[in-house]
Amino acid sequence: MKRFLKSLPKNKHSLSLCYLFAVLLVFFALLLGVMCGSTPLSLSKLLSALGDDTRTSPEARIFWYVRLPRTLASLFAGGALALSGAVLQGTLGNRLASPSVIGVNAGAGLAVTVASAMGVLGGFRLALFAFLGALLSVLLVALGAKKWGVGRGTVILMGVALNSLLGAASDAVSVFFPDAAVMTVAFRVGDFSGVSYVKLTPAVLLILIASSLLFTLSHEHDVLTLGDENAYGLGLRVGNARSLFLMLAAMLSGAAVCLAGLLSFVGLLVPHAVRPFSGASSKHLFPLSLLFGGGFVCLCDTLSRVVLAPYEFPVGIPIALIGAPFFLFVLINGREGKHCA
Amino acid sequence: MLDLSFLSVGYKDKTVLSDIHLTFAPGSLTAIVGPNGSGKSTLLKTMLGILPPKKGKVLLDGSPLSSMKRIEIAKRISYLAQDTQVPDMTAFEAVLHGRFPHLSYPRRYRERDYAIARAAMERTGVLPFADIKLSSLSGGERQNAFIAMTLAQDTDVLLLDEPTSSLDVRHAYTLLSTLKTLAREGKTVAVVMHDLPLAFSLCDRVALFAEGRLLAQGSPASVLASGIVSHTFGVSIGHSDDAGYYYRY
Repeated sequence: MKRFLKSLPKNKHSLSLCYLFAVLLVFFALLLGVMCGSTPLSLSKLLSALGDDTRTSPEARIFWYVRLPRTLASLFAGGALALSGAVLQGTLGNRLASPSVIGVNAGAGLAVTVASAMGVLGGFRLALFAFLGALLSVLLVALGAKKWGVGRGTVILMGVALNSLLGAASDAVSVFFPDAAVMTVAFRVGDFSGVSYVKLTPAVLLILIASSLLFTLSHEHDVLTLGDENAYGLGLRVGNARSLFLMLAAMLSGAAVCLAGLLSFVGLLVPHAVRPFSGASSKHLFPLSLLFGGGFVCLCDTLSRVVLAPYEFPVGIPIALIGAPFFLFVLINGREGKHCA
Repeated sequence: MLDLSFLSVGYKDKTVLSDIHLTFAPGSLTAIVGPNGSGKSTLLKTMLGILPPKKGKVLLDGSPLSSMKRIEIAKRISYLAQDTQVPDMTAFEAVLHGRFPHLSYPRRYRERDYAIARAAMERTGVLPFADIKLSSLSGGERQNAFIAMTLAQDTDVLLLDEPTSSLDVRHAYTLLSTLKTLAREGKTVAVVMHDLPLAFSLCDRVALFAEGRLLAQGSPASVLASGIVSHTFGVSIGHSDDAGYYYRY
């Protein structure tokens, strides 16, 4: 009985409640995100803004051009980072993997810095740069791990080293091209101020494509966790599958970096927090990570705007302040800590 | 039926085993034995198609394995690796993954898949702990779950790499008995083993590899009579006529 309780099987009822809670979290985060800020929008003002087709009233302008893109950006970026973390943890076989830990975010950050130095400040080209930067980093880590046959712990250390290297390269670019100006404190810590539809649209498209594909590939992802040889024995083309997952994780991280800068910790924290409820199966881990990640980051962004309103601080600060103690709580008290690779 | 014809196996520039002629026939349980590093696992990986042969062919029912798609091979040959890592999933989830090659994209399980997985768990005694995570199971229970996964794959050929290495005597005996029953039902079963008395007692055929080649093959009695076992391993295997099993002395 004790062993049975320890393994905590997930029944359909608790899983349904988990989905319900996640959807409600996203809904309320979205609502709070568009209502709260230095100029609060009451529900009636919100409704009038929604009904203003010309979008000329102050409420409509605040809602359509400031709050909505920013709130959507935080929802999508948070979800993308959390999902990317869940994918990387399974694909690299290490629960400590996440976009910010293994240098994927730093790769995207360097690419965005280089793009900014070249005068690319938004749109599909910026998203493409970020995706390629993230992809290059993740491939460097994965190929290095394969070539040198390093253990799971060493993969993380390789990522940490890559993180430092790419961070230094970004700093160097910023020194030589001060006009790039993306490597500000806000970009390093993560920030959604100044998000526009020009940045939002391509990033959201990338996130939607990658997420949709991942939801249909949950079985492949789970089979990978059985080990390369067993996965091969089950008919999975292991090399192709791993490359595809890394590419999709890079798409998600790259898109998130476009929107938020180098937002850390979300990709590590959220999958760990979700796993006790979803189980390790990617079928539920993926969508729940997306929803909880989006809701969590969106709420943190709202918090960063209202605590010192009319001033605000980068969203990375409340994420770390709330996330770090919670992560430690999950590791120490939850079952996750006992199975952590 | 799996035929190895003029087969040489190895990695890159290194040939581990060469010139192997061996047939794994339906209805037989074959033990692949040999000292550590003799190339048993490498041979199994080549028989599955993970490693390409350096020379010769692996024929599955007369067709070269190299001409078959990965997924087609997985529908006909199941394989359990030597050191299977412990994934974070329940026994039931692991067993269901055995149905992976039979599902087309986006791989949704059908009633038939659940039924086959349940039958595989019943057969291996996994059903009572189906909802328990693999990491919380004992070594024997976990190995049975992995065996159930290979059974759920529902193939004619089963290749298992040292499935008894982490098991106590009772669990190892039970596992071999299950494999023998499967062979009796017409499946082709090959298992890499280090426990010589168990292999000689329960398997129909023994293939002994050492010194880079196949030194002996045949029934346990004939391989034993050749004297190669004591020469290769430095131990002697005896037979208890009363109990009908082999023992090491």
